Amino acid sequence: MEATAAASRVVSAPENPPNPWIPRRFRVAARKQETSDTFSIELADAGGEEHEGFSFRPGQFNMLYAFGVGESAISISGDPAAGGQPVHTIRVVGTVTRALGALRRGDVLGVRGPFGSAWPVEEAAGRDVIVVAGGIGLAPLRPALHQLFADRARFGRITLLYGARTPRDLLFGDDLDRWSRRRNTGVQVIVDVAGPSWHGNVGVVTSLFKRVHIDGPDTVALICGPEVMMRFTAVELLQREVPIDAIHVSLERNMKCATGFCGHCQYGPAFVCKDGPVFPFARVKPWFMVREL
Amino acid sequence: MAVDVRVIERSDLSALLVALREAGYEVIAPVPGDGSIDYDVVTGDGERPAGFSDEQGPGAYRLKMCDHELLFDFAAGASSWKKFLFPPSLTLFSAQRRQRSFEVLPGTADPPPRAFLGVRACDLAAIDIQDKIFLGGAFVDPSYRQRRKDVFIVAVNCTRAGGSCFCASMGTGPRVSAGFDLALTELKIGERHCFTAEPGSDRGEAVLARLGSPPAGPALEAEARSASARCAASMARQMVTDGLRDLLVQNQEHPRWRDVASRCLACANCTLVCPTCFCATVQDVTDLAGERAERIRVWDSCFSAEHSHLHGASVRRTTRSRYRQWMTHKLAYWIDQFGTSGCVGCGRCITWCPAGIDITEEAAAIRAGGATTTAPNSGG
Repeated sequence: MEATAAASRVVSAPENPPNPWIPRRFRVAARKQETSDTFSIELADAGGEEHEGFSFRPGQFNMLYAFGVGESAISISGDPAAGGQPVHTIRVVGTVTRALGALRRGDVLGVRGPFGSAWPVEEAAGRDVIVVAGGIGLAPLRPALHQLFADRARFGRITLLYGARTPRDLLFGDDLDRWSRRRNTGVQVIVDVAGPSWHGNVGVVTSLFKRVHIDGPDTVALICGPEVMMRFTAVELLQREVPIDAIHVSLERNMKCATGFCGHCQYGPAFVCKDGPVFPFARVKPWFMVREL
Repeated sequence: MAVDVRVIERSDLSALLVALREAGYEVIAPVPGDGSIDYDVVTGDGERPAGFSDEQGPGAYRLKMCDHELLFDFAAGASSWKKFLFPPSLTLFSAQRRQRSFEVLPGTADPPPRAFLGVRACDLAAIDIQDKIFLGGAFVDPSYRQRRKDVFIVAVNCTRAGGSCFCASMGTGPRVSAGFDLALTELKIGERHCFTAEPGSDRGEAVLARLGSPPAGPALEAEARSASARCAASMARQMVTDGLRDLLVQNQEHPRWRDVASRCLACANCTLVCPTCFCATVQDVTDLAGERAERIRVWDSCFSAEHSHLHGASVRRTTRSRYRQWMTHKLAYWIDQFGTSGCVGCGRCITWCPAGIDITEEAAAIRAGGATTTAPNSGG
């Protein structure tokens, strides 16, 4: 009797599949305190037999393991062209991120990844690009910005709208300065709460839309931040006739595995870990308005 | 090729178990335990406990003894085969601190090849569904694959519907159609107590050849088929699956979610007894010196607050949203994700719900209307 469908699925699974639960070891090559609660670490392969380099696409994430404490899903914030040494920018919000924050140069941590979908940078070739970031949401967008500016001539106008809680929470100040001086580029920054020395914009990130011109039909939008911010940003973009298919958002949910096994990142019909984190807005729009989804 | 169905007399069933053991399998079979049917490793002469039956309904389970001396007269118990393929607790790896680094060491060892005796049609469908989850995607779960690849499945066709069963309406039972090595149907005809045995694989055929089981003959085969048909016809409960996916997806704000949440204790029983629920979390433990660490995968449930934890709070704060997530995932989004419903109609979630919540009744209530529709397909 011929093999059943179930049996053939077992047989067709590779004989010795890589174990996606096992981390590779990376050493902290450099550490930088970005703000009071956010730091960046650059990681180098800890060598040995595991030495196999590291490449990723902008928007993807890794699972970072702090020995004995646990794992956290962290987006990759470095330059994809830098090669081999992933950079992560991490805000301390819980036990694992606190333990990761305590690591110093030379300490070893576990890395699984990269996982997930990427920003459609190629799709933006020949078109304008608007990038809208809220808070730590700038971190997963930074590799895409690096890629856009590395190949600047291939893209039209680049606009970055970035909102943070306070001026002291602004990330990647050097990058912002450098990018704002690039040709045909607009960088607008805004904070929720200003201090006496702040002379810039105050308010929510969507209020920056009145300060920039967007050629809607010919624009690709990349958005990452709190869901409410992404919702209102999408509304602004649609009003300016950015095609819904050209709007992309990055979502976040609890994750334990990053491989579709653990069930924590269920988002309607999608798994954020493997179908996302970057989604075409049109795909998730039906679920964006459902509370406590 | 016509399948050559044999007959195994009641007195020869233990020989089947012994033959499986001699073929190198650890045999696991139903046993009465803790007031319910459980599954455990068969030791000794392979003789099975006889005469057990059950009464089931919403929030109710009674194991009882009968005079009939049947070996498989019970429906699904609290346990499912899930616990052998996707263990409730599994060490993914250990780690030993080495100065500022650590060494990754093996986790839980893989068990020997196993034979599952008494897999019902609903549970066979559940195994097929979990195969899709753990083997069918871009990633393969290595421990599931190891446990799954050598399993010898002796299915048992149901001849009596339990009080919570609705497999017939889910299209999964009560008779198995594929995915087994052997399929038995228990028959008692007058004084004769026997099993028809249908091979479903070369391995199953080889075991029957070894037992020297004679052909069942058309009369017994027909009786086995009609026993399954009678079982299906007697199934009182049903799930109406027509358009169910769209119905649930379009009724995210249906008042019934609030109603069911007023009864649901968010205890997670339904997810733990469900043979397809696959949520897991990971626990990290260390020794007192902090030199040795383990990562342990344990079953989790979408009914817990921690399940949707993000930045210090839960995305799903209310029982309403958690029940909606469980049922909508099970009956609707599962179809988007895996091409099949996540429900096999075993009825365990109904029986083991302390509040007696019946998933078929909840689905019917949403179908009955009363919606203040905020449909994802029209909202936003």
